[in-house]
Amino acid sequence: MTGLGNTRLSSFADLERMREELFSRRAPSTKSVHVCTGPGCAAKGSPKLYELFCAAVKQAGADVEVQAKAVGCHGLCEYGPIVLIQPGNIFYQRVEEPDVAEIFRETVLGGRVVERLLYENPATGEKADTVDKIPFYKAQKRIALAYNGLIDPTSIEDYIVAGGYTALPKVLNGMAPEEIITEVERSGLRGRGGGGFPTARKWRSCREAEGFPKYVICNGDEGDPGAFMDRAIMEGNPHSVIEGMLIGAYAIGSEQGYIYVRNEYPLSVERLNEAIEQAKDLGLLGKNILGSSFSFDIRINRGGGAFVCGESTALMASLEGRPGEPRAKYIHTVESGLRGKPTNLNNVETWANIPQIIKHGGEWFAGIGTEKSKGTKVFSLVGNVVNTGLVEVPMGITLRRIIDEIGGGIPDGKRFKAVQTGGPSGGCIPTEHLDARVDFDELTKLGSMMGSGGMIVMDEDTCMVKVAKYFTDFLQKESCGKCTPCREGLSQMLYILDRITDGEGQVGDIEELEILADLLEGTALCALGKTAANPVISTIRYFRDEYDAHILDRHCPAKECRGLFRYEIDPEACKSCGICLKNCPADAITGDKKVPYVINQEKCTLCGTCWEKCPFTAVLKV
Amino acid sequence: MPQDRDLIEQIVKRYDGDTGMLIPMMQDLQSECGYLPAEHLRYLSGRLKVPMSRLYAVATFYSSFRLAPKGAHEVTLCMGTVCYLKGAPKISETICREFHVEPGGTTRDGLFTLQAVNCVGACAVAPVMLVDGKYYDSVTPASALEILYELATDKATAEKEAEI
Repeated sequence: MTGLGNTRLSSFADLERMREELFSRRAPSTKSVHVCTGPGCAAKGSPKLYELFCAAVKQAGADVEVQAKAVGCHGLCEYGPIVLIQPGNIFYQRVEEPDVAEIFRETVLGGRVVERLLYENPATGEKADTVDKIPFYKAQKRIALAYNGLIDPTSIEDYIVAGGYTALPKVLNGMAPEEIITEVERSGLRGRGGGGFPTARKWRSCREAEGFPKYVICNGDEGDPGAFMDRAIMEGNPHSVIEGMLIGAYAIGSEQGYIYVRNEYPLSVERLNEAIEQAKDLGLLGKNILGSSFSFDIRINRGGGAFVCGESTALMASLEGRPGEPRAKYIHTVESGLRGKPTNLNNVETWANIPQIIKHGGEWFAGIGTEKSKGTKVFSLVGNVVNTGLVEVPMGITLRRIIDEIGGGIPDGKRFKAVQTGGPSGGCIPTEHLDARVDFDELTKLGSMMGSGGMIVMDEDTCMVKVAKYFTDFLQKESCGKCTPCREGLSQMLYILDRITDGEGQVGDIEELEILADLLEGTALCALGKTAANPVISTIRYFRDEYDAHILDRHCPAKECRGLFRYEIDPEACKSCGICLKNCPADAITGDKKVPYVINQEKCTLCGTCWEKCPFTAVLKV
Repeated sequence: MPQDRDLIEQIVKRYDGDTGMLIPMMQDLQSECGYLPAEHLRYLSGRLKVPMSRLYAVATFYSSFRLAPKGAHEVTLCMGTVCYLKGAPKISETICREFHVEPGGTTRDGLFTLQAVNCVGACAVAPVMLVDGKYYDSVTPASALEILYELATDKATAEKEAEI
């Protein structure tokens, strides 16, 4: 807190007064430099850029009103580190340390744009000087990520000035708990963690359940590999999660909340802790919030690196200090969850949507999306796609638009093969279904699922059997071992898949996989086990010919499985430079000056060194 | 151990001796000691009146707990879907071969502990490797070795300086 002191806000009027004061203190002439410190940009060195900008601000002196901010993920990670200059919404990409001085001198002080740092549309060659001219951002609609990249996640003031903590006083000051639930119901919000269960229905069941205390939990155990949406929210705008939980707790009648964050996200824990402390200092968390009779506190627990803890009952077991093993859910957690008490668990993104729904009304939210899937969904668009990053799109947009328009298509002129959604519980969607709309039910119909939001694009060089094997291997290692179908079934499936990718597949293997998958779906204890076969089933469904090629022809069509393809030298491309011969560890290459080199297939161990080393790409996989 | 007894008492106090907070307690203990020494666990078990078997159940269920000391540096290799598709297995193989180490193990000279984790959430810049919490993006087998050899050189220089 700067200037306002650690005054506890004891009424709704106090909060509004604070907001107005913060507004008036921020001169409209103030310029700001927003440096993205999301995981992608941070890996590329953005924290150092932030330091340099801070130093430049200090040097500029007091007469120039400039502030430098480290902000959460902007989304377009591929082009990081990203720096945004306000006013003007000027977007600089791939900023490096030497550029800082120029940006500061030219843009911040001089108001001129540094052309060479602007985003250039690879298709048209056009430069985009502001964010909204970049195709990546054009088709997006941001609700959960609305403040990401705009506010400093370590400052509660920033959140308040941007319009945060307006939904909380609105509910405390005149909305009955049932009214809140009705509003959320009207919005049509469904759980963003994967299951897609209607949020309002869950809240109502928990509210009506007998027992006290009641708990609310935020599931930040983003376990799906290839997903970082929740991380971006927790690290980019932690107060939105806290405000959402406050509103939910008030509606349900809970006084204690938990945020369960995965162990691999230490920064998320830090940001959330900081945010909780700030909220407590202001009296937005704790006893008698804003002078009302409502009290609520939040505690953070870190996960231990177990994927299964993303499942609600396993997560609760972990919160009780036990190994994270799920239980059968014939009694729902809303009736008997944490310590046997009514517990309402929602995902990070679900919570982050709540303040916006309360602020703008359920109807506004329901106006976006499809008939049964409302609002927006955040995806981490990654893999073989030009613009990797974080995107938030309205429900109902087609997969094709996400991949081609926002994602910019497949790099290196390769062809699209499949998009994997839903993490290890989801499936692969092939080209012929690219026009499917992003919608809970439609994706499930295609054998995949919405999941928490991982969207992994794969090009023609990806072997689908290997993808299925990757997920099965992942799940087999992460299976908690409590129920037999998951523990033993997945091991058997992995054994068969291993055999197939090793070139030892047998006729009947596919059918056996299908039988095991069926068994798993019907008999596993928890949702993770029941859906564990989805990656295998969906690849068999759409790419059966690849399985057949592995088994019948001992050939990997994507040329990824070692031993199921050969290396050969293209005599026309070979320049007889001898690099392959020198590097071959098996002495399998022969050749002479001016004569194309040849690989002796009997000696070749298929290590791939020649393929990697050839400067003329004359070594081919066939 | 005697001074560590105070440490355990402190940790227990931090969570009001609530056995439901066993995992955070063990996490704190690990972050202080670098791993979970058996005698510390035994003391904690007695102090909380929770059987040792339960502590071991927790320690072995969650992959982030370690029962053996770790190396001087912590190397985390992401094995998430995108990193995997973009070549993480090859990086892992190369590191293991070059430094004679297994994922989850520590090099013989104690230089680093190699951890393979499911996903570190930086998929957009895959493959990703972390050294002591610092992210390295778009890693290749060659660049990974370069980073790790730098650790070895730093260690050698530090030792030399210590001698002088």
